[in-house]
Amino acid sequence: MKKTFTAVVAATFVAAPAFAEGTLNIYNWGNYTSPEMIEKFEKEYDIDVTITDYDSNDTALAKIKAGGHGYDIVVPSGTYIPIFVGEGLLMELDPAEFKNFGNIDARWMDVAFDPGRKYSVPWQWGTVGVTVNTSVYGGDINDAALVFDPPEELKGKINVVPEMNDVMGMAIHYVGGKTCTGDKDVLKKVRDVLVNAKKNWLSMDYGNIEKYAKGDLAAGVNWNGASMRARLQNKDIAFGYPKTGYPVWMDNAAILADAQNVENAKLFLDFIMVPENAAMLSKFARYANGISGSEEFMPEDMKSAPEIVVPAEVKDAAYIAETCPPEVSKIYTQIWTELQK
Amino acid sequence: MNNLARIRERRENRNRWLLLTPALVILIFAASGPLLITLVYSFLTAGDYGGVKWEFSTDAWFNVFFQRDIFDDTLSFADAHLSIFWRSVKLSLLTTLGAVVLGFPTAYFIATRPKHHRDFWMLLIMIPFWTNLLIRTFAVMELIRNEGTLNTFLMTIGVIDAPLQILFTETAIIIGMLYVYLPLMVLPLYASMERLDFSLIEAGYDLYASRVSVLRRIILPLVKPGLIAGSILVFVPSLGAYVTPRVMGGGKQLMLGNLIELQFGQGRNWPLGAALSITLLAIVMVALLFYVRVAGREGGGHG
Repeated sequence: MKKTFTAVVAATFVAAPAFAEGTLNIYNWGNYTSPEMIEKFEKEYDIDVTITDYDSNDTALAKIKAGGHGYDIVVPSGTYIPIFVGEGLLMELDPAEFKNFGNIDARWMDVAFDPGRKYSVPWQWGTVGVTVNTSVYGGDINDAALVFDPPEELKGKINVVPEMNDVMGMAIHYVGGKTCTGDKDVLKKVRDVLVNAKKNWLSMDYGNIEKYAKGDLAAGVNWNGASMRARLQNKDIAFGYPKTGYPVWMDNAAILADAQNVENAKLFLDFIMVPENAAMLSKFARYANGISGSEEFMPEDMKSAPEIVVPAEVKDAAYIAETCPPEVSKIYTQIWTELQK
Repeated sequence: MNNLARIRERRENRNRWLLLTPALVILIFAASGPLLITLVYSFLTAGDYGGVKWEFSTDAWFNVFFQRDIFDDTLSFADAHLSIFWRSVKLSLLTTLGAVVLGFPTAYFIATRPKHHRDFWMLLIMIPFWTNLLIRTFAVMELIRNEGTLNTFLMTIGVIDAPLQILFTETAIIIGMLYVYLPLMVLPLYASMERLDFSLIEAGYDLYASRVSVLRRIILPLVKPGLIAGSILVFVPSLGAYVTPRVMGGGKQLMLGNLIELQFGQGRNWPLGAALSITLLAIVMVALLFYVRVAGREGGGHG
């Protein structure tokens, strides 16, 4: 007994890490940060990393606004970056300080939500499209009509993720409008399309990977990563990109204005812009990253995945999700409430 | 002498207040405080990206009941909100009714078991109640899913050909809430029935009362306080339920709790959310006042 005790104590001492040079507190979406990559970062710079999870942009925004959080890095979606910046919550960055800044894919450099990347660097990006069970429906899947004006065989087996901006955006583009439009004629059409379509929807729900895989659902508005996970369980599941337009989102790492460990946070941002490290993030979360050169480090099953590699013929239909002005947002909420009543 | 008595009285008075202070502080800050903030917020202007602007406005309250049409600006009742109110009240009433129908015989069964067996039966009622709400809800969902236990069973024995679509309907919400809140009905009912004097029931039979009239004229009046308490305990949380309608209703049938969450989250209209919360509170208050009045009358009747 005593021997065991001594052994345990000895093991504890040996296993205890040497005191790290510094610390870094990351505030990120749950189940989104590659542990493998964090370990590599900790070893390379001798920094202790602590990760805290959140479940929505609104949660993160509210907690950071309240102050006293102690976080150094946050990872908001592009649509929330202007809000964080407007509230003065993010630290302005100097690109010259980052030696890997040039690795950012040109497409993700001058984005509308952060022109010139003054506040944030890419984390992961993905698309919102339509997931279809091809054993139920055999036609063209790059079509938003599968959800908004569904064919007979899909009726009653459709799920729409309850993300107001994504669904509204897709519907606005479906009737020929522009992102964040305030045009009443367009919005009236959007409302009519949505209200009529809802009769054919089974649910408006988030967790749906199992339901697609098991056949409870046959089509719906979905995220590409979730759709890919469903396909890995059921080969009939496919992901379509609506020709009329589909939203592209990006989550971005940024340093908080009141960060305690600014230097370490900068090291971290530089670190995730190294192609090999960005690929580690993708391997874990199953989404693409915005770092050029990371392709060769990507896992095999993602290099050719149709959910990750957008087919050439629908590449131009993508639009980047934006933060809509409050007065427009208000109308969207009204339509959305009417839809869910 | 007189003076001394007055001093003592004053000291007692002061001590009483001092002793009450902790409770009062908790009541004022922990209970009324958040409520007051909600009330104040409901009279402010919505911030552009969530939060509030400190400008007085009655817009939120106006929008609870009325809406200006987005397209032609005509004024009408807030049809969406009112139908969600109505659904919440309707589903909560149906849940309460279902809980009475299922809970009454259950409580009666337990109360009529031998004394040393009752704890065991109560334990069976309590065990699910110790499990996390979300887990219980997902368990019910697994039962009634299209490919779930119930449908698979019915299809195997050949009662139905195609699965019954129960999940994501109002029926599913009622089944979910019924399962979750049933113990809240059984417990107070059992408490009243345990005290029931069964010699009164025997006396009823001796006087040639039928089973129905014994139930109606003897048992029901005696367990009425438990019945009402149980109904309130089921009705109130059903009205504000969030998780169950979210999971079982598939997000298509909003209830009040979900509508409020929408305003604080994606809708970014905190004042409207606050006004809706207060409205929910008002409905609960009406239900409780009703309870107090009925219970008060009962109490008087029995001395």
